[in-house]
Amino acid sequence: MNTLTLTEAIENLKNKSFSSVELTNACISRIQNTDSKLNAVITLIKEQAIENAEKSDVKRSKGIDLPLLGIPYVLKDNFSTQNIRTTASSNVLANFIPPYNATVVQKLEDAGAILIGKTNLDAWAHGSSTETSDFGPTKNPWNVGYLPGGSSGGSAASIAANQAIFAIGSETAGSIRQPASWCGVVGLKPTYGRVSRFGVVAMASSLDSPGPLTKTVKDAALVLKVIAGHDPKDATSSPLLVPDYANNLQNKKKMTIGVSEDYFNSVDSQVANAVYKAIEEFEKKGMLIKKIKLFDPKYAISDYTIIQRAEVSSNLARYDGIRYGNGRDMFGEEAKRRIMLGTFTLSSGYYDAYYNKAVKVRTEIINDFNKAFSEVDAIVAPTAPTAALPLGATKENSMFGELADVLVEPSSIAGLSGINVTCGFTSLGLPIGMQIIGPQFKEEVVLQLAHLFEQNTLFHKQQAKL
Amino acid sequence: MKFNVSHIAKLANLHIDKNELELLSSQLTKTLTYINILKDINTENTPNTDQVTGLKNVVRDDIVTSSFTQEEALLNAKDSYKGFFKVKGILENE
Repeated sequence: MNTLTLTEAIENLKNKSFSSVELTNACISRIQNTDSKLNAVITLIKEQAIENAEKSDVKRSKGIDLPLLGIPYVLKDNFSTQNIRTTASSNVLANFIPPYNATVVQKLEDAGAILIGKTNLDAWAHGSSTETSDFGPTKNPWNVGYLPGGSSGGSAASIAANQAIFAIGSETAGSIRQPASWCGVVGLKPTYGRVSRFGVVAMASSLDSPGPLTKTVKDAALVLKVIAGHDPKDATSSPLLVPDYANNLQNKKKMTIGVSEDYFNSVDSQVANAVYKAIEEFEKKGMLIKKIKLFDPKYAISDYTIIQRAEVSSNLARYDGIRYGNGRDMFGEEAKRRIMLGTFTLSSGYYDAYYNKAVKVRTEIINDFNKAFSEVDAIVAPTAPTAALPLGATKENSMFGELADVLVEPSSIAGLSGINVTCGFTSLGLPIGMQIIGPQFKEEVVLQLAHLFEQNTLFHKQQAKL
Repeated sequence: MKFNVSHIAKLANLHIDKNELELLSSQLTKTLTYINILKDINTENTPNTDQVTGLKNVVRDDIVTSSFTQEEALLNAKDSYKGFFKVKGILENE
């Protein structure tokens, strides 16, 4: 039961093939049987989840239906959950019990979904490996000697291991797409402002975008519909109406896909080949492929590094151990490095050369994408330069995250929508991900193209053997 | 340029151990060298981007809504006194 997609699980619950209690129990057992190997889940929510599953079965028997009624899911542990510990995988928040729900959590609860676990991440979501978690690294279900990516590595690994029906993550630059790529699942990074940030432990407030990690593209469309929309508690959330993504998955027109060679430079050859093959697949299905020229992604790394560190130093300044959480002496190495660099780039004498320069380059990157999107509907590229790397790969490189995220940072800087879908496997059997990038608020376009690819390939059917 | 860890740590209110100083300084100096490539891009006439989706002056109606009770707000505090957060003294009597 736990291996079902969201679409299948909804159908089975509606047909009463099984109950939510049975489904929830199956997922919880799967977590209990596999998580000693994976460490994907920091907090298992057992009794309360079963209680909620019972309640949703009663609701259903009374004829009540909700979009996600009785569906068990896991949530990245940087989303505030009322009366449930929320750690952001940092010792600073190791005992923090929020008195309120994040908007995403509230919306999922209102839609009938059942929270069964809170998943591991790089501490404060600072990283691309889940190796910097103060609760120990998460392992990749395809090979436990490898990293799951990050920062939503716990959510990605959990879905790859079928511990839940869907998962929620958050992306600042790559934190949904890159772990989805390394764990072989679908990861949707919505446009900045499409999904409320209220109640998400703030990392870089001008970039943070919550989104789903799922087993299929349609599943991602279903979850996005539930969590998206304007929120009075997040002034940057968009007032635009939320389309019915799942009922709009068939593309109605021939689309033009942009391909930029700069996104294939220094990419592992197995990864590049798999993505080129995927592009051929799009061509076979009648899409037009067009070569485009984009800014070299290396500039986005620098731009992102300055803007993100500045916002981190400002957001983490609130942790003083007085109102909640432990003191600043509990920050780990990576958080300290980021706070220090951000403090520096905002400090008197350096502000103009660094932060002010970066927000101007940000405009140039946005203009560059706008120019591209005047010619193409979407851009296809590898999600990450390599498939999953072995455990320990982050240890020697303090810029590891930025290099692993080089291909997703430009679109994050510009606040664009994007999705990862699996498009192959390496000779070692590790998943390879391709990303489809769309303009702001064009989630339909990236979902349609991803769906088209998924419908015509079998990669998403392969399961990690644990 | 070399990164002055002690000075920045003071600004950031972080305690950095002596044995961390050297490593942090070399890592951050390396990062600074890397991010300097932005100088290649001419931004003389480029405006800043502070909000990527173009929202401006977002305000809400001035309606009072309920918020945390005092008790809820204090739930996670290490130390409180008569319903208030207790903080360390800043000024000391001579």
